[in-house]
Amino acid sequence: MKRVEILKTYKIYSGGKFPRTESGRYYMALDKKGNPIANMCLGSRKDVRNAVVSARKALGAWSGKTAFNRSQILYRIAEVIEGRKSQFVEELILQGSQKNSAIKEVEDSIDRIVYYAGWCDKFCQIGSSVNPVSSSHFNFSTYEPVGVVGLIAPQDSSLLGLVSLLMPIIAGGNTCVVLANESLPLCSITFSEVLHASDVPGGAVNIITGHISELIKPLSTHMDVNALAFSGLNELKKEIDLFSVENLKRVRSYDLNWKNTDTQGLHYITDFQEVKTTWHPIENIGGATSTY
Amino acid sequence: MKNQNKFNLLPLSPTVDKVGVEERVSRFQKRSIKTNSKMDGLKMVLNMIDLTTLEGKDTPGKVRQMCYKAIHLHDSFPGLPTVAAVCVYPSMVGLAKSMVKDSGVKVASVSTAFPSGQAPLDVKITDTKYAVEQGADEIDMVISRGKFLAGEYSFVFDEIAQIKEVCGEARLKVILETGELATLDNVRKASDLAIYAGADFIKTSTGKIQPAATMQVTYTMLMAIRDYYDETGIMVGMKPAGGISNSKLALHNLVMVKELLGDEWLTNEWFRFGASSLANDVLMQILKTDTGKYQSSDYFTID
Repeated sequence: MKRVEILKTYKIYSGGKFPRTESGRYYMALDKKGNPIANMCLGSRKDVRNAVVSARKALGAWSGKTAFNRSQILYRIAEVIEGRKSQFVEELILQGSQKNSAIKEVEDSIDRIVYYAGWCDKFCQIGSSVNPVSSSHFNFSTYEPVGVVGLIAPQDSSLLGLVSLLMPIIAGGNTCVVLANESLPLCSITFSEVLHASDVPGGAVNIITGHISELIKPLSTHMDVNALAFSGLNELKKEIDLFSVENLKRVRSYDLNWKNTDTQGLHYITDFQEVKTTWHPIENIGGATSTY
Repeated sequence: MKNQNKFNLLPLSPTVDKVGVEERVSRFQKRSIKTNSKMDGLKMVLNMIDLTTLEGKDTPGKVRQMCYKAIHLHDSFPGLPTVAAVCVYPSMVGLAKSMVKDSGVKVASVSTAFPSGQAPLDVKITDTKYAVEQGADEIDMVISRGKFLAGEYSFVFDEIAQIKEVCGEARLKVILETGELATLDNVRKASDLAIYAGADFIKTSTGKIQPAATMQVTYTMLMAIRDYYDETGIMVGMKPAGGISNSKLALHNLVMVKELLGDEWLTNEWFRFGASSLANDVLMQILKTDTGKYQSSDYFTID
């Protein structure tokens, strides 16, 4: 008799733990031929709510780390994926990728993480400025994270798309609630196991699997989510904009092929930064008058 | 003094079956409360809150702000009740009284050397008198836990009875500080003691000690109230305080009160929540239920 394979149940990642969805529901991830390859949690709006609470709680711990430490942690994520490369490749193949393109996607993802690890302690200097003002003030502008960011992972790529948007968000000190790729979900949960093993504080990144159409509303109407990021989903763009309007969420949408090497850069980080300008009173250093 | 004679009438407290209590309490927490009943429940919770600030760093400004909030919980959402009372230190009672005026919000004052209760009786009486003279509608006293644990029950009983006399018109809430009483048997014993000594309300905690108002403790105290009611026909109020910071837990408490004591207790005359952060969570839940959108604490007053 042929052995019946046991399908792994991929659990959601929320608040640094791997709970099942509170709804108790699940769906099956399918391969190209329609055969089941894994059981996935079918997340609910309450999972989103819990994840946002965790992300808000973790914001202090994550944004309060030194930029250099965040850089080390991001680099650690890359190291851990490098060590578990074969698992990611296998999952991509299971989801229908060719072997060569699967290997390339994992390698590109690792490189992109290292790229953003490098930016952590550099983007702030590059974007900040000392501003000339006509009063006795030292006036400077610098970046601060916007806060809790909701990310709807790109639906056309399992790992690279997620990494390409998540990394700049957390590199800048934000915490994040991710709605995973619905039809290609395996890598996102395996990736959350990597995050868990890489000193990323619990709650800084939360990953929920489920129907995007069901979860978009609770995430984008949530008053405690400060920004939203998504890629593609052009048919939903207007709806998401309307949902986001009440607390003036910053919405950033991209329509890019994340496989291209030019889909990484400084502005993906600063898209999720606020500029804070400080007026610091000083003595009149410019006015070397006769009475000075 | 007539109350003190009642010490002889104090019945032997029954022992409490801890495992049984936990089992029963866990069932209260499995009720599903949805839409309309949830909304009504949440408004009821708001109306039962004693909005509290009991910090060494309390300033007149802080108390003024809290009193304003007690009356204007969230003005952009019409139809909300006020809270039941504000709870402050005796030195702030006069100010609080002048702020709440005729809004219906009561002023409660802690007394008897809150929170430790480690002071001589005459100091406790002076403390209480001052609060009553300043206009406190309710007095929250602490019992002498040290004496209680040492087995000097009649001392604790007499103390409560004497403070009750000083209170006059003001209603007396007796704080057992259950976090220091160690066992549910002690909680039951202290509840009986306080009730027979003349408490109008029994209250779990000062909020300074953890654990505070767990549902097990509240259950035990509610049972003491029920037994007393069955015996004498006299109602006693209940106030869990400390540790109830979210709406769900508050609703579970209401379920418990309804099932153990009945509807008569479901008003702020007989049931209160002592809390500071609960009000905002309830407000957020009410707005969530109304708008369907999850709320952020950024849009609610800090208190």
